[in-house]
Amino acid sequence: MASAQQPNDKFDVIVIGAGPSGNAAAYVLARGGLRVLQLERGEYPGSKNVQGAILYANALEQIIPDFRDDAPLERHVIEQRIWMLDDKSYVGMNYRSEDFNEERPNRYTIIRAPFDKWFSRKVRDAGATIVCETTVTELIRTEAGRVIGVRTDRDGAVVLADMVIMAEGVNGLVGQRSGLRPELKPDSVALAVKEMHFLPRETIDARFNLKGAEGVVIEAMGTVTDGMVGTAFLYTNQESISVGIGCLVSDFKTGTAAPYELLHRFKTHPAIAPLLEGAEVKEYAAHLIPEGGYNSIPQLYGDGWLIVGDAGQFVNAVHREGSNMAMTSGRLAAELVIKLHRMREPFSSENLAEYHTMLKNSFVMKDLKKYKGIPGFLHSSSKHVFGTYPRLLSQAAQTWFRVDGADKREKERQIVSMMRKDRSFSGLISDAFKLVRAWR
Amino acid sequence: MTIKVEDTLFSNRYVVDSGRAHIKVKPHTIPSPALLALTRVCPAHCYELNDRGQVEVIADGCLECGTCRIICQDSQDIEWNYPRGGFGVLFKFG
Repeated sequence: MASAQQPNDKFDVIVIGAGPSGNAAAYVLARGGLRVLQLERGEYPGSKNVQGAILYANALEQIIPDFRDDAPLERHVIEQRIWMLDDKSYVGMNYRSEDFNEERPNRYTIIRAPFDKWFSRKVRDAGATIVCETTVTELIRTEAGRVIGVRTDRDGAVVLADMVIMAEGVNGLVGQRSGLRPELKPDSVALAVKEMHFLPRETIDARFNLKGAEGVVIEAMGTVTDGMVGTAFLYTNQESISVGIGCLVSDFKTGTAAPYELLHRFKTHPAIAPLLEGAEVKEYAAHLIPEGGYNSIPQLYGDGWLIVGDAGQFVNAVHREGSNMAMTSGRLAAELVIKLHRMREPFSSENLAEYHTMLKNSFVMKDLKKYKGIPGFLHSSSKHVFGTYPRLLSQAAQTWFRVDGADKREKERQIVSMMRKDRSFSGLISDAFKLVRAWR
Repeated sequence: MTIKVEDTLFSNRYVVDSGRAHIKVKPHTIPSPALLALTRVCPAHCYELNDRGQVEVIADGCLECGTCRIICQDSQDIEWNYPRGGFGVLFKFG
């Protein structure tokens, strides 16, 4: 274990990456008194990071309880809209409550670059050494396979540590090229593209019926993704709107649409276009989201190493949660490392296995396990879930609400017959059954 | 529908590492279906067919998402690395 006698270039822990999981890990470790080196390939923490983005307060509260005092938060979410789109309509559920105007709101919209910079300042203030503009190229391992450090692209410089935490994000090249985790599969990862649309604060307030720091988020699915497995989103920030869409890479591969064509289709949908009208686009980003769920989680620990965050596939695609799982996995990893450090126990695979147990006892693994059947369900039923059903719902709603002289029993008959025509009863029942089974 | 992504890329900030492309397409005569798909799927439109029918990459506008590496993992058509530290796309908002 590290002590004051050791040379300066040896750290207790190296953390690769300065996203939510890496920052959570580095912060908790540094506060626990460990010598931490955090390496980030971007010019500044956040410069390579992309997210929608929603911040779930609970996960961060457990790391920095008073984060609301100075974190760059955009708006707290008081309204959630979930929409099924067909080409001209949406059928949806909106939930808005004054209860969300609470003293310690539960969800916020954030912009990742300023947020990550803020988080990184906290990590630095806690005592960690942060080096940016440095890409880790490989792990340094003993002949027995134990990880003892990293090689960087700064003239191939090697830095040693007792332990390496890989918080390198979805692509996870370091872990992958060291043979610690497999390459991502096209059907377990989504490609999302996103634009930042700037508008005056008052315009956003007026268009979404907001006051103060209130915010709205819209999640949408339907014909906009052309039958591919995917969702679109629109989040209100203070003076900007994040708008994006994502689909599985495997669907993009075999499909016919380009990602920015889908984004264009979403932006110009009659339900969305008026919300964005007149905005100035200041950035276009793309990012992968690991959506394979429970069954795609790689080995998470070994001799001298742990994997946290997106690199471990911790994303709940159904509930659009990821950064909270990232922060929680980073915190749990750090807590275990601190415990072993204090007990002067080695960072062996055997001792680090407790990380897996800690995750299993937290919402991270519990939620991922609960939804482990969902990716498979969406695959097998994508044509209907992202095409037929949104169209049917829209047609049914229109038939029901349009007053045109047809009697109500006739309207019911029309709705039932259009369902039957587009998707047989046995098909409907089988999809419902599969969904319920995957959801449980 | 022809929507130009190039216009949007102008709003991004990049520090290009001249002469050190972080993505390379391996020499080929006829592109594999996976490689060909990149001319459509790459969100920054970095891949294009040249007049000899081969796929070329110009990674200056790359958003470093990794999609091309995943699509071509079986066909092994490309070599994908992160840009050197500090280079590449630098998100102002992310």
